[in-house]
Order: sequence, then C-alpha cells, then structure tokens
Amino acid sequence: MNSHRHSKQHRVRSSALPQTRSATTEAPWVRTVLISLATGFLALFLLMPLFTVFIEAFRSGISAYFSTFEDRFIRHSIRLTLLTAAVAVPLNLVFGVAAAWAVTKFDFRGKSLLVTIIDLPFAVTPVIGGMIFILIFGAHGYLGPWLEGVNFQVVFAFPGIVLATTFGTVPFIARELIPVMQAQGRDEEYAAMTMGASGWRTFFKVTLPNVKWGLFYGVILCNARAMGEFGGVEVVSGKISGKTNTMTLQIQQLYFDYATVPAFATASLLAILALLTLLLKNIVERLSGRES
Amino acid sequence: MSIKAIQISKTFGTFKALENVSLEVPDGKLVSLLGPSGSGKTTLLRILAGLEFPDSLETSRVLFHGKDVTAAPAGRRGVGFVFQHYALFKHMTVESNVAFGLNSLPRKERPAKDVILTRVCELLQLVHLDGLGGRYPSELSGGQRQRVALARALAMNPKVLLLDEPFGALDAKVRKDLRRWLRTFQEEIKVTTIFVTHDQDEALELADEVVVMNNARIEQVGDPQTVYDRPVSPFVIEFLGNVNRFVAGVGSETKDREKDVLYVRPHDVELEPEDHETHAYALKAKVQHVFSAGNYGRVALERVGTREPFEAEVSRERLRELDLVPGRVVSVIFRHVRLFPKGEFLEADIRDGSLVASTSSFSAKTMYS
Amino acid sequence: MNDTSDSNDISSAFGRGGKAPRANRRVLPGFGLSLGFAVSYLSLIVLIPLAGVFLRASEISWEEFWSIVTSRRVVASYKITFGISLAAAATNAVFGLIAAWVLVRYSFPGRRIFDAIVDLPFALPTAVAGIALTTIYAENGFLGQYLYPLGLETAYSRIGIYIALTFIGLPFVIRSLQPVLESLDKEVEEASATLGAGRWRTFFRVIFPAILPAWLTGFSLAYARAIGEYGSIIFISGNMPLRTEITPLIIVQRLENFQVAQAAAVAAVMLVASFAILLVINVLQRWSESLGQARG
Repeated sequence: MNSHRHSKQHRVRSSALPQTRSATTEAPWVRTVLISLATGFLALFLLMPLFTVFIEAFRSGISAYFSTFEDRFIRHSIRLTLLTAAVAVPLNLVFGVAAAWAVTKFDFRGKSLLVTIIDLPFAVTPVIGGMIFILIFGAHGYLGPWLEGVNFQVVFAFPGIVLATTFGTVPFIARELIPVMQAQGRDEEYAAMTMGASGWRTFFKVTLPNVKWGLFYGVILCNARAMGEFGGVEVVSGKISGKTNTMTLQIQQLYFDYATVPAFATASLLAILALLTLLLKNIVERLSGRES
Repeated sequence: MSIKAIQISKTFGTFKALENVSLEVPDGKLVSLLGPSGSGKTTLLRILAGLEFPDSLETSRVLFHGKDVTAAPAGRRGVGFVFQHYALFKHMTVESNVAFGLNSLPRKERPAKDVILTRVCELLQLVHLDGLGGRYPSELSGGQRQRVALARALAMNPKVLLLDEPFGALDAKVRKDLRRWLRTFQEEIKVTTIFVTHDQDEALELADEVVVMNNARIEQVGDPQTVYDRPVSPFVIEFLGNVNRFVAGVGSETKDREKDVLYVRPHDVELEPEDHETHAYALKAKVQHVFSAGNYGRVALERVGTREPFEAEVSRERLRELDLVPGRVVSVIFRHVRLFPKGEFLEADIRDGSLVASTSSFSAKTMYS
Repeated sequence: MNDTSDSNDISSAFGRGGKAPRANRRVLPGFGLSLGFAVSYLSLIVLIPLAGVFLRASEISWEEFWSIVTSRRVVASYKITFGISLAAAATNAVFGLIAAWVLVRYSFPGRRIFDAIVDLPFALPTAVAGIALTTIYAENGFLGQYLYPLGLETAYSRIGIYIALTFIGLPFVIRSLQPVLESLDKEVEEASATLGAGRWRTFFRVIFPAILPAWLTGFSLAYARAIGEYGSIIFISGNMPLRTEITPLIIVQRLENFQVAQAAAVAAVMLVASFAILLVINVLQRWSESLGQARG
C-alpha cells in the first residue's frame, strides 16, 4: 500500500509542447481547471477551518492565549484527556496486535465477520458509543444497582469516559496493522519457527520490526482520536467542569459560554496534535516506503 | 507502409534512451528491434507509435510512407500497438475490446453496429478465437489474451503493426507456437510489422530484418543470417548466441595486440585427440565438464597455460569417439574466428592449417536500405 | 487470502489446545491466544454493549417502538441526517474524484502539502472542526459575511450541516481512490489512445470502470461517517427540532430526559442503518479487491 504511494510514473513533469503531450495526460487547460477545482476545494474545507482555529485562538494576543491554560478547569480537562488516552490507547494497542496476528497469520472461518465487527465502532455514531455504557452501568442500567451497592461509579465518572473512548477508537490500530501484516505475508515467521524460535521471540524479532511503522502510526492516530472523542463522552460523562469534562467537552462549554478565545486556545492544542499526527503519517509513509 | 525514423534522440531526465538513431523499414517487412533492457528499443517503438516524442521536433523526424508524423498523436497515426502485458480492458468482453477502436471513431465515420460486429467476428476468426467474443479477459489464457490484443490492434486496419515484447509474458511452449503463428499470420496480412524483443532466438527466427540495439544506439541492421554470421561489433557477436572470448589474438597481424579480442562460436571449435597431428593454430585444452543432452554435447574446457575457460559444441558421435572425460587434454582448432581490434574487425577462417583473414570496416550506425 | 482453506473456526480458538489434529496445520503459535483475546475484547467493549441497545429497545412493545421511531420529530431527523449526508457524500464523490486525480497525476506547487492535509478531518476532533466551521460560516464570519447577503444562511441551518458533513467525509473518497489510481496500468490508457480514443472517452470507458468500486467504497464510507456524525453538527446546526435536528442529537436529548427506552429505540434504528451500510461497504471492497487482483 505504502510503496506505490510514491510512484511518480504518471505524473506530468513539465509542460511539453501541446501538440506532443503524452497519450496519458490531459490538455493543459484541463489540468489547470482540475488543479484549481481540487486545490480550491481542499483549501476551502481543510485549510480554512485549520487557520481559523489559530486565528481565533490568538485573536486577543499571545498572552491571552497562554493565560487560557492557567484556568483550573481547562487544566483539569487536559489532564483528564491525557489520562483517558493513556488507558484507552494501550488497551486498543494490545487488542489491535492480537486481532491483526489472528487475522493475518491464520485462516479461519468467520474471519471477514471479525474484520467487519472491528470496523463497527467506526460506522456507529459516537453517541451510541456513550449510550451503551449508560444502558449497562447507569443508575437504571443492568449493572447499575449492583455498582451502587459496591459504591463504584462508572457513568458520569472516569471509567465511563474511558469506556466510551475505548469503544470509539477500537478499529484504528487494528485497521492500520492488518494491511501491513497482510502484505508482509507469513514466510518470515515460518522461517523463524523452523529455526526453532519461540512464538514470542518470532513476534518480537521478526514480525514487529517489519510492521513497526504501521503500528506506530496506528498508535498515534488512535491517540489523536481518543483525545478528540466527543459524542460518546458527552453522553457518558455528565459534563461536570473540573470533574468529568475532557478537553472537547470543555471546548464545547467555553464556546457556548461565548468564551471564544479560551475555547479556540484549547482547541488549538488538539489541532496541533492533529497536525503532528498528519506529519508523522507522512514521515512514516516515507520511511516504510523507503524500506520496502 | 514504409517507416523512416531520422536522427531520433530521447532523454528521460538524465538517462539517454536514444541517441541520434535512424532507421528505415520497407513496406510489408517483419522487423525486430533486438537488444538488452535499457538499450532503447522500446523507446524507439513507442516513438514510432506516438506514445513518446523525440526530444526535438526540429531535428528528429518520423515519416510514415513519406508523410511527416513526428508530432502526430498516437490515435492519428494508423498504427496498431500490442502491449507487453496486452493492456486489455478488463471490464469489457473480448468483443467490446476488439470493437473499442471502431466505437471510438467520430459518429460520422463510425460504421453501423452490425458492421462493427461482423468485423469483430472476422478478426476473432483471424486470430483463431471465434466463439470467445463473450468472454472477459480474465477468463482467457495468456496466449489467447495475446491474440485478443492483436485482433484489437488490427481492428482499425493499421498500416503499421507495433508489438512490444509480444511473447515476453508467455511460457516457453506457448511462446514457440505463437511465434510461428505470428510469422505465417504476418505473411498473410502483409502489414509492416516491428516487434521489440530481448530474445535473440525470437528475433532470428521470426524477423526479415533484425535491428540490434545497444546503449541508445543501433549496432547493426541486417537479415538474421547476416547479423549472426557477420556481426559488426563485439556487442553483436556477444549478444547473438553463445560465444567464446579470448583476449590477445592468435597470430593476428595487428600491432596493438593488447586490445585484440577474439571470438569463436562453440560450434566452430573443433576437438581432436591430444596427439593429433597439430597445425599452426591449434592449442591445447583440458576438459572440465561434459554436458550431453539432445543432439549436441557441450564441452567445458580450460586452455592449457592461460587457463582461459571456453566451450565447444560437438556432435554426440564425436563425443563418443573422443571419449572425453574431465581432466583429459585435447587439441583444439578454431574453424572460424572473429577479431575486433578497435572498431574494425577481422574475420578469419582456418583452411588447410593456415589462417585466411579478411578485414573490412563498418560503421556501427550503418543504415539499413 | 483464502477463508475456507482451513477448517479452523472461531470456536476452535477457545479451550481446545494443541492436541487436536487440525491444530497441527497451524504452523505459527498464538492462534488461540490472539483470536481468543480479540474476540473477548470485542465482545466486552463492542458487541455486548451494542446488544444492550436492542435488548433495551425490545423492552417496550412493538406498537410503542413503532410510534417512537416514526414520530414526526424523529422522522424529520432521519430526513435531515440521511438526506444531507447523502448530499455531502455526493459532493465528496465529485470533488474527491477530482482531488484524487489531481494529487496522483499532476505535479504542482503545494501538492505534497495538500496530499498530507487530506487526512485532517480524520485526525482533528469533530468538536474543534465544529467551532471552526461555525465561526467561518456565521453571519459575521469570514465567509458568512459574504454569503448571508446572498440569502445563504450558512450557519444554524441545513447548509451548515451540509458543510460540516462534507468536511467530515472528505478524506474517504480521496483515500479510497488514490491507491487504485496509482496502480492503474498506464499501458491500458495508451492502448485506448492508440485505438483513437480521446482523453474523455478513455476516462469514461477505460479508467472509470476500473476505479468505480473504489469510488463507491469511498462514497459509502463518507456516507456512513456522515450519518453518525455528531460533534461538529451540534455547533453549526442550531439544533432546531424538525428543521436542523439530526438523529444522534435526538438520542442524546432522550437520554438527558431519562427516556432511556425511547433513546434505545431510535439508536436501534440507527444501528441497523449503520450495519446495512457497513455490509454494502464490505461488498464494495471485495469487488474492488477482485478487480485489483485481476489487474495484477
């Protein structure tokens, strides 16, 4: 997948004489129109919102921007978000590796069903991802009364936030790993086994080095998605500022309270995280493309 | 239709694919562009087709039957092109593939539907694929796909047929059959045909004329017999068939002996028992291995003294007579040798024990006419 | 990969260890462990909780269920959610095709940047996108100030929902098409050219059929993603019942009013729709892969 991202054979290099343009490219005016349409579309929908975040965040100056992060509630929301990701991402990492190993190294019935189920949280609205845990752990949920008995709060508390976040980010690491491990095939693992390596040794010394970049990007993407999770945590957290508000919920509250600069300043942190994720994706793609 | 390419140069970035190449192909001939990969043969073919264009449209010229088509796009040259990997349209049936060109004609020139259908049926018959029109390319064998590609290229009644490595993707057996079929087929339809290959057997067996290319240049043009028997450069002799190579000549009169290279084809190497009455140009060699399969046996030898390895091809009978086993020393006589001292070459036959040599000089860019 | 070549199935991953004869055919270890863990994890985090939705929805009578999921306000929300998602996915299908083509085929200044930024909606939290888009398209916003005088009320309207959903679904068509466009056999286009077809005909008759499955996959992914979208919409839509209220918001409101069964009923409808689209995507992806294999 990654290697042909770099093929340039189709690309038109310089403008050849019009009457001798290659049989596989378009007239210069068509190219100009298409390039304008595409870049216009991408600029309108991607660059403009991105710039807006930073413009609004710095609207009242740099000191106003930084003073945002002295706010106790915003600080708490950042801490809560980091903590949530710190639990959800490792969980999905272990799951992603196990699922990718099962799916790519073995043949079994029901495999495509399994892959579809991994995708499920991606297709389901995040709202449902929060609601399901209310149905189970909420005061009127199936386990609600029992949880109350042992005095353990899931809904409107940290465990609920972690569950909703984990649900929403289940697919990301597995979905990055499976195609990479599929492309890798099984021969190297077979070779390692014939040389008497143990399963774990084979995994850490043979499989992992081959897929490290795909895994790395999967973790980074999963992290960005975990920190940005909104619909699910909104439902399950109860939105208590300073207690159960994650960054995105804090942004929502600030925005609806017309605290525009703090809202965008907090949002800018998540935007920077998103940009770093994209940057890493590009680096990883170039690195893995060079290796193969 | 005759084809003339004049002073074609083509560079890709810093890579020189063609350097001042000129070529003329007379009407109705079957010509092969033969050379190793990177020699520029495919680039030349693609320039003839209009899929690439020469670096300069001023100095380079491509003429089809005297008409300048240098800058004409691929679709306007009246060429049929068969791609190395066939490039069939996978989502179309065989029939739609073959009819594609006719259906691409402007409405005014396009034949009626039933005319197109009749034409497609004729073409499929011509390539022995009648009845397979409804199939998809994925349901055909490699050889069948190749013939669909050919039928598709022929549908527009091309004046020139260009084939890029037409048998490259087929296995050995199919390749041989299809090769023979193409030969008779071309004789039937008599369309000027140029095909690219890196397989010397294919070029020699199939073509009326062989154009040997190397390093962005044409080395030699000639009929198969000529290029095989009278190669003009070390490259040609080395590329066409097995050849033994000796540095420093055997009694050549050239002064600059250091740079002499002497070539002998294995079948021009004669072996005699060691104690055989030797003549002036015989040398001694030790047998290394004997491979015998088929009508001929190949003997790997090592020259006594210099330890130069070389090979001889002898009949099985002779093999038995000589009773060759590894380690045995034999007398070796070269029936026919070729010497290349700096651009010139010297051809030598050994008759009655003496070297009969003749020199002639060739320019590597000799134009075929 | 051949799913049926081996007689393993999910059930064999549990319990029975290496002594069953069929286990010998598995060369690598860890089948039971990895599949067992993956299935248990999915069951705990995804399947059992999702089943809870249907279970809770089934606690009410069929008539009651039907009246909830077909009530006027809910039906209006379906129309908004599914209808505007369709419009947004269609927009992405058209512009995504152009963008993918341009990014793969042409070189122009900034190409790498544009290519890299395509994934932004995937990485940027939807809430951040929501407040940014609302700010741009509000009446006094960067673009809104020009659009409102033209009668285009871009924020707190269906147009706003459309803009947000287009943003959300943007990467999918492009990212589905790019690898397919890159792996297209150049020779096939040249063959079309030597047969006298112009670029338009080559595109519609030769290239388009080859990228169609990937294009539809991208469209479906964008559609699926748009239907479930919540975070960005609640900022830009204004959330007016019957006019700009999306279905996920209905679920949230019912939950906030402790109408859990009602929420579950509407959620069940959304889940079924998501399953259906996911199924379609799976079929499309397999079609796309089979074309890719025929190509190689």
